[in-house]
Amino acid sequence: MSMNVNGATAKLPTDARVSLLDFLRDHLQLYGSKKGCDQGACGACTVLVDGERILSCLALAVQYEGRKITTVEGLADANALHPLQQAFIDHDGFQCGYCTPGQICSAIGMAAEAKRGVPSYVSGDLAADVILTREELQERMSGNLCRCGAHNGIIEAIRETMADEAAE
Amino acid sequence: MTPFTYVRAGDIADALRLGAGSAAAYLGGGTNLVDLMRETVARPGTLVDVTGLSDTIEETDGGGMLIGAAVRNTSLAEHRAVRTRYPVLTRAILAGASAQIRNMATVGGNLLQRTRCSYFYDTEGSRCNKRAPGAGCDAIEGFNRNHAILGASVMCVATHPSDMCVALAALDAIVHLRGRHGARTLPFTELHRLPVDHPEIDTMLEPGELITAVELPPLPFAKTSTYRKVRDRASYAFALVSVAAAVQLDGDRIEDVRIALGGVAHKPWRALKAEAALRNGPATKEAFRAAAISELAAANPLRDNSFKIELVTRTLIAVLCDLAGAAA
Repeated sequence: MSMNVNGATAKLPTDARVSLLDFLRDHLQLYGSKKGCDQGACGACTVLVDGERILSCLALAVQYEGRKITTVEGLADANALHPLQQAFIDHDGFQCGYCTPGQICSAIGMAAEAKRGVPSYVSGDLAADVILTREELQERMSGNLCRCGAHNGIIEAIRETMADEAAE
Repeated sequence: MTPFTYVRAGDIADALRLGAGSAAAYLGGGTNLVDLMRETVARPGTLVDVTGLSDTIEETDGGGMLIGAAVRNTSLAEHRAVRTRYPVLTRAILAGASAQIRNMATVGGNLLQRTRCSYFYDTEGSRCNKRAPGAGCDAIEGFNRNHAILGASVMCVATHPSDMCVALAALDAIVHLRGRHGARTLPFTELHRLPVDHPEIDTMLEPGELITAVELPPLPFAKTSTYRKVRDRASYAFALVSVAAAVQLDGDRIEDVRIALGGVAHKPWRALKAEAALRNGPATKEAFRAAAISELAAANPLRDNSFKIELVTRTLIAVLCDLAGAAA
């Protein structure tokens, strides 16, 4: 009974009440994923499960047996930041930084969705290829709140890093 | 959170056996149930994880679709045939929650999510007949801007929170169920209840009964359909009101139409009166307004939500104008 977190095997908790977020933070000491609202309203706890973004606060850890979890700690390689992490620095995509790990994990999941053609509520033509305009990015990232108001920098960082990649 | 036992169902028979006790609850993505458990609004003794059951989307003979109850919301919204043949369903799903939540939430769980009435959630300070039958309702005299204008009772004025369900109501979807006494189906519009004097019961499901699939019947003119949601911010908020509609024109006459409303009632509200008013009539703004007025004649607004009558009217007119333009 285990899952894979950032490449390492982690034994599942015995208490089924433990959320994936609490498991990551309190059991595995991975403090990157943040507890903002703990009720699915802010996105600060966003992690990737087999490449898809989810909210770890609403996930029971026991439901994720055998799955591959990636948190913000798993993004950089030994020598360099993930390009999106660097872009957040370059574009001032944060002030306090509390929402940042969730924003970055969310944006990586978002780019994968766009690449496989998932439309959004603001897409004019549901059958067309996705073009990540500013309006599309704002809609697709609306599940991640930033109370400092760094959204403009966040969108710029994502646009620089992800838009080209998704449009390929 | 109250302690509980977690078990995973291997198949439907397994799920029904494990879910038979009164303390058991079926678990999909957990995006609503885990939150309700954390707030102690829900206190199941056993969670039966049914996310391993059917997650396939099949095309049926005659041009309909059969959607497994464990299909994730995102998977349904992005399905090619759904996008082109039932765009109202894709748009409704994409209007709901956030991408992260849509990646987790299942179709069955979306149908069975509970109201977001803040008095229902407030276990410490509020009376709620849905949470504690007979306790009273603090929403009726309270802050009820988000509450129902149609079909409410003196016991409960809560609204159903789903966007996807509004589209399913408009599309005449069919719910496939399995229970102790075998399989049965229910028209989607008969799945959810009005509160009447038992608001604690949201649906017509028998105890332990399991939703296994949702069927979309063929509806060729649903290719001209859409969903519009009006909310307090541009994204990631529950509906104040919403409209799902599909239109078939014959020249400038409305040959057939489907309309359902969200954010207005205890269940997704199929607008049969508005449909009847429109069918075989002209596709004009005046006709659209008259249809909205006929549907809303029965509205019974509360202190804070009478604005919803005009908001539904304007939203319905705008949606029908768009569709009539698109279908012409």
